[in-house]
Amino acid sequence: MSLAHDSRITVRPAALAQRPARIWPEINHPAAWIVAVILLIMPLIANGFFLIEIFASTLILGTMALSLMFLAGYGGMVSLMQLTIAGFSAYMVAVFGVSGNANISLGWPWWLAVPMALALATAFGTLGGALAVRTEGIYTIMITLAIGAAFYYFTNQNWAIFNGHTGINTVATPHFWGVNWRADIPFYYIVLAVAALCYFAVEYLSRAPFGLALQGVRDNPRRMAALGFNVNAHRVAAYAFASFIAALAGVLQVWNYRQISPGSVSVGACIDVLIIAVVGGITRPIGPFIGALIFVLLRTFALDFLVRIGLDGNRFRLLIGLGFLAIVFWSSDGVIGLWQRWRQHRGADRSGGGRRHG
Amino acid sequence: MSRFVERHPAWALISIIAIAVGLWLVFAIWPPGLEEAIGRKRVFLNAVFNGITLGGLYFLVASGFTLIFGLMRNVNLAHGSLYLFGGYVGYAISTATGSWVLGFIVAFILTAMVGVLLQLIVFRRMEGQDLRQTMVTIGLSIVFADLMLWACGGDFYQIQTPNWLIGPMELPLVTAIKSSGEPVYLRYPMVRLVIFAASVVIGVAMWLVLNRTRVGMIVRAGVDDRDILAATGVRIQLVFVAVFAFGAGLAGIAGVVGGTFQSLSPGEDIRFLLASLVVVIVGGMGSIPGAALGALIIGLAEQLGSVYIPTYAIVVTFLIMVLVLAIRPQGLLARR
Repeated sequence: MSLAHDSRITVRPAALAQRPARIWPEINHPAAWIVAVILLIMPLIANGFFLIEIFASTLILGTMALSLMFLAGYGGMVSLMQLTIAGFSAYMVAVFGVSGNANISLGWPWWLAVPMALALATAFGTLGGALAVRTEGIYTIMITLAIGAAFYYFTNQNWAIFNGHTGINTVATPHFWGVNWRADIPFYYIVLAVAALCYFAVEYLSRAPFGLALQGVRDNPRRMAALGFNVNAHRVAAYAFASFIAALAGVLQVWNYRQISPGSVSVGACIDVLIIAVVGGITRPIGPFIGALIFVLLRTFALDFLVRIGLDGNRFRLLIGLGFLAIVFWSSDGVIGLWQRWRQHRGADRSGGGRRHG
Repeated sequence: MSRFVERHPAWALISIIAIAVGLWLVFAIWPPGLEEAIGRKRVFLNAVFNGITLGGLYFLVASGFTLIFGLMRNVNLAHGSLYLFGGYVGYAISTATGSWVLGFIVAFILTAMVGVLLQLIVFRRMEGQDLRQTMVTIGLSIVFADLMLWACGGDFYQIQTPNWLIGPMELPLVTAIKSSGEPVYLRYPMVRLVIFAASVVIGVAMWLVLNRTRVGMIVRAGVDDRDILAATGVRIQLVFVAVFAFGAGLAGIAGVVGGTFQSLSPGEDIRFLLASLVVVIVGGMGSIPGAALGALIIGLAEQLGSVYIPTYAIVVTFLIMVLVLAIRPQGLLARR
């Protein structure tokens, strides 16, 4: 035990030392600019189906997975309830806002319902986090999984607020300044703006004092406690921040599908968010979006693909599961890790030990 | 026990009163006012018995889970898949041969073999890497779930109860007094009682083996400090494989029991994985008595909850978990 601690202490400073050298590496990198421009002019090159079903879905799922990445990558806490928080926020939008179910929905305008949903979902996630930080490592996963499952079964059984297993349909979407914000192109830009905001917020926070302290807590909680940091307060604050991101994604989700039902907060879906984050890579904020893109592409096209190569089209989850297994077995850092290793490998071949950047 | 009373007199008093009230509710003939307030005694007794027998089933699943975790620190989130696999095997065997008992034996052996494979192929390569184990077993549970869906389809299966266990059994518990003054006794499905008795026997046997035999001593020593145990010359990998096989086999048996009590369908794997998670969180990780206590509490809470407050039954289970975490984060009967 003590051996493991010593090695960690000696390894970490070296890793941290090279951090300050890159303040905003993704922005300085030309590839990042290309991706940003492509994302901005997307409505010109993609039709409605690709714009919403592929790219907006990717960005929404990616934002949910981003909240998990923030907790897991910087806080060392793998939470499986991020989708539950998003689902709770989505339910709250449907309950407080306008929907087809007049018995339940209170009919508030969206600019009141959305902040209310965000506040409640953040509070819900923070409470869950306060519970989860009482335990560590594997227990956190189990407890957050249990919270997610409890919420799923509760929405299934409760008819007064959550309308049982039918859920709430025809949720109204915002419509102001003469623009229908759920129309394909405006909605894509809303989703892109929120996702970008969350992405840069996480990037920024990871370098801000709070983020650095959080990473310190992740690496050695006892040392941080000895230095005078309140370890649990940092962890709960991380949950609060991640919950807010997840809640934002939940609002977008319910606007996207215009309905919410227990099926969208099921345990399987909670685990999908973990899969997305892990497949993409949970050490950097871009990972979840890459994972989400892979997941959405697989989900959309796996059926056709499997049928074309002569297999049963319903084996989509098998494909996802096997891909996930392969990633977990061979790369602890997801697709990003594979990419970096490949780059490093190639760089080493060419210049004999070239250093990776970014 | 006496130490607990000395240290927490208030909690001890509360639990003694709760147990006394519970016993009175079970054995006494209810006064008329009570029946009006909370319903018929037969309903209450049925809920209690359903809860206890469901607790027996939860114990079977959770004890394997907690044993594997306690000894090897292996987080097997594919445990629910083993449960469902055992159930399907039990269904296939018992419908093919007509022998219910044979279904148990084959399910135990086959799931134990799957457990051995898991231990050899997956867990041995990732000793001490909790997070990776979790991820890999989540991936495996997805793959298993889809393979089982492929093989068995999305239908509900129910394992046929054997003839000699079909039918109700009259228990010496009075549910009501007829107007003629004749007592009415509780009738309860025999198969559930027999299976509950069997799970108690298994639990006691496990406790005896763990606490009274040399093998149990090795396992307990491994739970406490496996490095030192390995250094004393015990072939610890062999012990790991054996315990993993046994824990997986228990999950398989539980699958057959679950298929007889309830039904088997896709999604049950996750349900039972979660049940065993909650049970071991409440009872304490790695503790067999903890699993028994947790299973009893959760089973009773679920059944009583679904009778008296149907909308919030799940929330009650969850609240119990929250309460336990708030008071004793390590679980009720965990040592650390």
